This record gives sequence, C-alpha cells and structure tokens, in this order.
Amino acid sequence: MSVPFPDTASDDGTDARLLAEGAPGDNAPALSVSQLSAAIKRTVEDGFARVRVRGELSGAKRAASGHFYAALKDDNALIDMVMWKGQAARLAFRPEDGIEVIATGKLTTYPGRSKYQLVVDSLEVAGEGALMLLFEKLKARLGAEGLFDQARKQDLPRLPRIIGVVTSPTGAVIRDILHRLADRFPTHVIVWPVLVQGDGAAAQVANAIRGFDAIAPGGPVPRPDLVIVARGGGSIEDLWAFNEEVVVRAIADCRIPTISAVGHETDTTLADYAADRRAPTPTAAAEMAVPVRAELRELLLQRAGRMVGAANRHQALARERLVALARHLPKREGLYAPQRQRLDDSADRLDRSQRQRLAVVGERLATRGAALRPALLARRWDRDRARLGGLGRLLDSLDPRALLSRGYAMVRDAGGGIVTSAARAQAAARLQLQFADGEVPVEVAGGDAAALPPAAPRPARRPAAPPPKRGQGELF
Amino acid sequence: MTDTPDAAAAPAPDPAIAALSFEAAMGELETIVRRLESGDVSLEESVALYERGHALRSHCEARLAAAQARIEQVSLGADGRPAGTTPFGES
Repeated sequence: MSVPFPDTASDDGTDARLLAEGAPGDNAPALSVSQLSAAIKRTVEDGFARVRVRGELSGAKRAASGHFYAALKDDNALIDMVMWKGQAARLAFRPEDGIEVIATGKLTTYPGRSKYQLVVDSLEVAGEGALMLLFEKLKARLGAEGLFDQARKQDLPRLPRIIGVVTSPTGAVIRDILHRLADRFPTHVIVWPVLVQGDGAAAQVANAIRGFDAIAPGGPVPRPDLVIVARGGGSIEDLWAFNEEVVVRAIADCRIPTISAVGHETDTTLADYAADRRAPTPTAAAEMAVPVRAELRELLLQRAGRMVGAANRHQALARERLVALARHLPKREGLYAPQRQRLDDSADRLDRSQRQRLAVVGERLATRGAALRPALLARRWDRDRARLGGLGRLLDSLDPRALLSRGYAMVRDAGGGIVTSAARAQAAARLQLQFADGEVPVEVAGGDAAALPPAAPRPARRPAAPPPKRGQGELF
Repeated sequence: MTDTPDAAAAPAPDPAIAALSFEAAMGELETIVRRLESGDVSLEESVALYERGHALRSHCEARLAAAQARIEQVSLGADGRPAGTTPFGES
C-alpha cells in the first residue's frame, strides 16, 4: 500500500528539537489530528471504495442492534469487518468462525479509535469446501443441542387426514407429491407456498413450518397432521436454506410429524436430520405419507373376514357344545319316572293293605257279631238270679237272731267283744246280754265293782239305741 | 374430524369409535380379531367383541371411502398468519 502523505519529519534531516518552530519556507504546517484523520479517511475510502477480500471469519458476533461484527484474517493479517443490520439480515447463511468467506464492501476508518474496518455489503462462503465446513460446524452445534436426537422423532400418522406441504407452489416438486398422493390415497393437501432458494427463503420456510404448527384445530385453516418440507434437487448452495438454523429449529420444534424431502437422494441437509423422517425425493415423501388405499382396503377386508370367521367358529363351537350337552340332558319323563313308579307302587300297596285290613276286621266283626245273641245274656242272668236266690236263702238260714229267739243269749263285754268263756266273763266287771228282742246289762258278781257307778247310766242309754241295727252290725 | 354420510349411516355410531384415528381403529380391529381367533373369550364377550369389531370396520371403511383429493393453498392474512385456504393453483 502506498503512503499518501510524505514523511515531512524525516525529510528535514534535522535533529530532534524540543520546541516546534516554523522554519522559513516551510509550507507544511502541523496538521490537527482531526485533519489528518479526515485526510486518511478520504484517502482510504476513495482508494478502497469497493474491494473483495477472501479470508477466514474470526470472532463473529451478531450484536443486539442487528449489526454483525467479525474479523477477516489469514495467516499474517487481520482486518475488522462490520455488516450493518440491513445487509446482515439478508445473509444467506449464519456466519461461523473458521469459515472462509469472500466479503465485498468498502474500507472505512473509524477516526475516534484510530481504526479502519471493512464495511461489508455481501458475504459469501468461499467455495463449496468452505460451505461443507460451515455445514459440518452447524451440524455439530445443533446436534450438540440434541435437535437431531432419535428420541425426539415422532411417529408418522398411518393415515393422515390433512397433509401440509411447505414448498414452492410452482415446479415439479409439488406436482410429484400431489400425483403420488393421488395414486396411493387421495388426501386433503394444504400447500404453504414459499421461496425455496435465495433471499429470505430460509425465513419463509421456517415461518411456514411454524405457521402450520401454530394452526389451532377448528380455525379457518384445518390443522395438518403431517407436514412435508420439500424442495427439488440442486447444488449445496441451492439447498442452503434447508441448512439454515431457523429452518432446522422450526422443524425440530414442530409438534406435527414432519417429513423432509430436500434435493436428490445424495443431498443431505440439516432439515433432513431434524425432520422425523427423511425422504430421498418428494415422490418418496408422498409414499411415506400415505399408504396405498387399495392395500388398506385389502387389509381391512382380510381382518373383517378373519373376524367373521373367528366369530362364526366360536358360535359354531358353542352350538356344538350346547347340542352335545343337550343330548346328555335326561328326558323330563325320565327324570321322575322312578318316583312316579314308587308312587304308583305305594298307592297300590296302600289300597291293597287297606282292603285286606278291612276284610280282616269285617270278618272278625262278623264272627263276634254272630256270638252276640240275647239268649246268651238271658241265660247268664237266669243263672245269676238263681245263685242270688240260693245265697239269700242260705243267708236267712244263718241269721243268728233266729238262734237267739230260741232262748240263747249272746254275751259281750264292755268293749262289745263276744265273750265265749267263763274266765273272760269273770274278768269283766260288766257284760251285755243280747237277746233276740234287746240287750240287758249285767254285773258280774265278785267281779271288780269299782267301775260300776260310772257304768250305771250307760245301760239306761244303751237300750235307746236301735237294737236291730246293732244286731246286724255285730253280725258281720 | 370430517363427518361423512357413510359414518353417519354406520350401524353403531359410537362417538368413541368415530373419534378414533384410522390407525387406532385398525390396531384395535387387529387385536379383536386375534382375541376372537384365540377362542379364549367367553361367548358373551365374543359377541361384544364382534360388535365392536364390526363398528371399527365400518369406521375404517368409511374413512377409506371418504378419502378424496382436495388440494388447497394457504392464504395469509395481514398478520402473516393463515387466514383461510384457496384452491391450489389459483392465487
């Protein structure tokens, strides 16, 4: 780089002096710092109004203001660079340290800090190798966050009702998808048209994915249950939007299962890593998305057939068992035949025994009845009567009073006992003599008379008693 | 959940089944078929299983029959959020 200002101090050839003083003929008076800075600025900006610099990014930093700061360096030198907010927002990639880029812009100085820097209008990755490096770096960084983890993958619905497709509305990709869907299983498709390459493509794609995910059920747009992010083949540069962090994050965050189908089979983008499934082509994505309706019908028919068969078999088996059991079930008549027989038998025997018994009793009655004749009773009565008469006569003949009337008397002692011996009569003080017509009290002479006085009244009273009765009573 | 005439005419419009996804209905149908085929269910249960299997089948068939292509395009409102759809290809 040439030096635009002459080194006035060394041209003098004079010794260093303490005090500055104007030398005669000196047409180079001292400049102020601002003057010098302004001169430098003018020179630099005029001389480097448009430069393209190739270098490696270092210390890349996007400030909160939106400006992007970094340094471009090679082995021996380093130049600061800045990219203002407007240009930084349009960056086709997210700059990373270590990536070789080609920056286009102008040089400018920053007088306040004695600095100069490159104001970059556009920043490009320097070649495919550098782009691959950027890809790897991004992949490593996002992968470390877990965005590509298998654990995050969601299962695709077997039969999505509504498929959201994020792709360009023109071109072969959407046609391929729609055709294949129609072949396999006609489905409701909602296309969210986006730019798939160039300025703002990544933002549009990310916005569309997040847009689908944000749809609430029941709104003006039905919520898809599967999202396909698709783009046709192209160079790594063409596909770059699908490596952008915004797109990768949108896919990873999407709660609707996603299929990515970006580029050809050999192309892999970070969108593919983040999606739940990766399809090698848009057509393949459609095949992953829906089954073949005819096959499903077949499967359904087959299952229904199996079910009917199994149910019928079940039923038939049950019927067979029922019939078999029913066969073993005894007849109703058979069930109580023994009882019936016993009943009949018992009734029979009851009749018979009763008849027999009656016959026996009847017979006995007949024989007894025959014996029961009045003559039989009369004969006995006659005999008893005769006996009674005999006995009566005998009785009469034995009446002791008949004996008394013939001059005999009966002697009794005071106790009424019959005295049959002289000795006993001697012993008794008083006796009673009974005659046929009455009694007479007597005292035994020489007997004990001490008891005589009290006995005196007794004879007087005794006769008053009815003698016949007494006589009868004594007799028996 | 789109209501289709077929689903409405199904013999058992069980809301629980109508709410099932196709894959859930197919999966349950397969389970029912297996259980019926194993034969270790009671007759009573097998009747209930069969009825449910039949309803599931109707549901799946209706879903298959109702499938028709409908291609739409999101139309965005002023706020950049989807405001509705238009037939795809016209915009």
